[in-house]
Amino acid sequence: MDVLVDAARQALALLLSGDPYLWGIIARSLQVSGSAVALGLLVGIPIGTWLGLTRFPGRGIAVALVNTGLALPPVVVGLFVYLLLSRQGPFGELGWLYTTSAMIAAQVVLAAPYVAAITLAAVQAVPPELRLQARALGAGRWQALLLHLREARLSLMAAVAAGFGAVISEVGAVMMVGGNVHGETRVITTAIVLETRRGQFATAMALGLILLAIAFAANAFITRVQQAAPRRRRPLTS
Amino acid sequence: MGGGKEARRGDVLLSGEGLVRRYDDATVVDVDSIEVRTGEVLAVLGPNGAGKSTLLRLLAALEAPEDGRLLYRGRAVGRDDPELRRTVAAVLQRPYLWRGTVAGNVEFALKARRLSASERRERVRQALQMVDIVDLADVPVDTLSGGEAQRVALARALAVEPEILFLDEPTADLDVSVRRRLLGDLERIVRHAAPAIVLVTHDPGEAFALADRVVVMEGGRIVQAGTPAEIFESPATEFVASFTGAEFMLNGTVSKVDEGTMTVRLESGASLEAAGSAEPGARVRVGYRPEDVVVSLPQSSSTSARNRFDTTVAHLHPRGGLVRLRLEADSLSLEAVITRHAMEELGLQVGTSVVAQVKATALHVFPA
Repeated sequence: MDVLVDAARQALALLLSGDPYLWGIIARSLQVSGSAVALGLLVGIPIGTWLGLTRFPGRGIAVALVNTGLALPPVVVGLFVYLLLSRQGPFGELGWLYTTSAMIAAQVVLAAPYVAAITLAAVQAVPPELRLQARALGAGRWQALLLHLREARLSLMAAVAAGFGAVISEVGAVMMVGGNVHGETRVITTAIVLETRRGQFATAMALGLILLAIAFAANAFITRVQQAAPRRRRPLTS
Repeated sequence: MGGGKEARRGDVLLSGEGLVRRYDDATVVDVDSIEVRTGEVLAVLGPNGAGKSTLLRLLAALEAPEDGRLLYRGRAVGRDDPELRRTVAAVLQRPYLWRGTVAGNVEFALKARRLSASERRERVRQALQMVDIVDLADVPVDTLSGGEAQRVALARALAVEPEILFLDEPTADLDVSVRRRLLGDLERIVRHAAPAIVLVTHDPGEAFALADRVVVMEGGRIVQAGTPAEIFESPATEFVASFTGAEFMLNGTVSKVDEGTMTVRLESGASLEAAGSAEPGARVRVGYRPEDVVVSLPQSSSTSARNRFDTTVAHLHPRGGLVRLRLEADSLSLEAVITRHAMEELGLQVGTSVVAQVKATALHVFPA
């Protein structure tokens, strides 16, 4: 027990001292996962919206694929992205392997299904009559669709949080395609693995605490969105 | 049609030809012809499930028909016709408001039309004023009452100053007092709201009060079209008659036909004279409106009327200011509606002997 308490105490001290190694890693983690989620939104929101609002043969399979995407093992994603970016791979020319670009690419693959799945549920939760009503007032198809997404915006913010929570805490993919290079591709999760192996428990613990805090913040946000109930100023019938 | 945009009263703005809409295997709408004309309020009247709302969505080009076509100023149009989209506005059955303030909701369609900020402000103010909710402009919509929400939905459509305004059951879902107030406002608004209005309703009273022309729907088809007076006075089918409040007697047989009147002998033995004609021997049903039954005391009633029955009051059902009576004769029973005041004047109670009279023109005869 002492080991744990000691490590926690030292971890707090390290964090408060503004240790550049530690904060550099945290900043890189936020940058990589933040970029991945932003790109994941660009991919996931259109896919989720499309699957949520249209009916076509094979839609069931597409939805199942998106949901399978939620359970993608990061190491497997890492492996595929590694092969794609390796010197002999189709995108080897880019020279992305062991750079943050490769890490972002891998995390986009992990984040997009979260965004798509939550977007799908969110757009389906908005009554379709709302879009019809917008059309009935003269809105074009795109204007009506934007209105629909705007109605789903709280849930879409949850999609952001869920995607971010998923990618910032994964270790397999970033380790494989990033390589955990000091000062370049080392992020919170890969650093925890390394520091633990080196016996630097305080550093590992400090990073772990930060990771926990981020995960907590993301989930607290999702919970708040899900629990948000409409306020009523007056009873429904006057 | 001429090329001019200014429509004259009575011009056909929008028409549907052979409109058919099916959901799965059920045909929900099958309408040969319907026209919306400038300067009129057209009511689409029918019971739940008659296909009224679907017809509205077809006419407003919110849904595409499986068959038939929609013509706007004589030109075939579809759902994405930009001119039609700009010139019609529809208020769906429930007020689907989007998050934000009342003014934000009303402004949406104006933004979609790319109006300037100052013009939007002015139109929002006018629309809110028309439905009497100016003071709610900055209120979030999730705090509104049902009646207020319905007014916002109406204001949203009024703000776009549509050429054709579609209203789907604007007063359904509201409780009685709110409904009465909104209906009163609708009567005031409707004439100025748009050059043409299509009002879907299941309430004959609402249709007759607001509309210039009424089409009655049953099972996806239009069974009668005409002015409220025409529909009320000469319902085309037994369904129209009973839906607009008629009561029916026992079946009968036409026994004599004679210059615009016929004699119907009911199964119970009673004999009636009704306006109209049919083949002698035809099996018929005879309908009448309880409010067309004239009730008087035996000593003061005229004896010349043709359908005159000596009856006894069997039941009294007070309904606010009106009283519904059930009158029994040896061979007939009738429903009558009189005012509470008249009931007191006549001193009616269960068992009182009264004379019931119905004019021949107030009887509606349909094939059995």
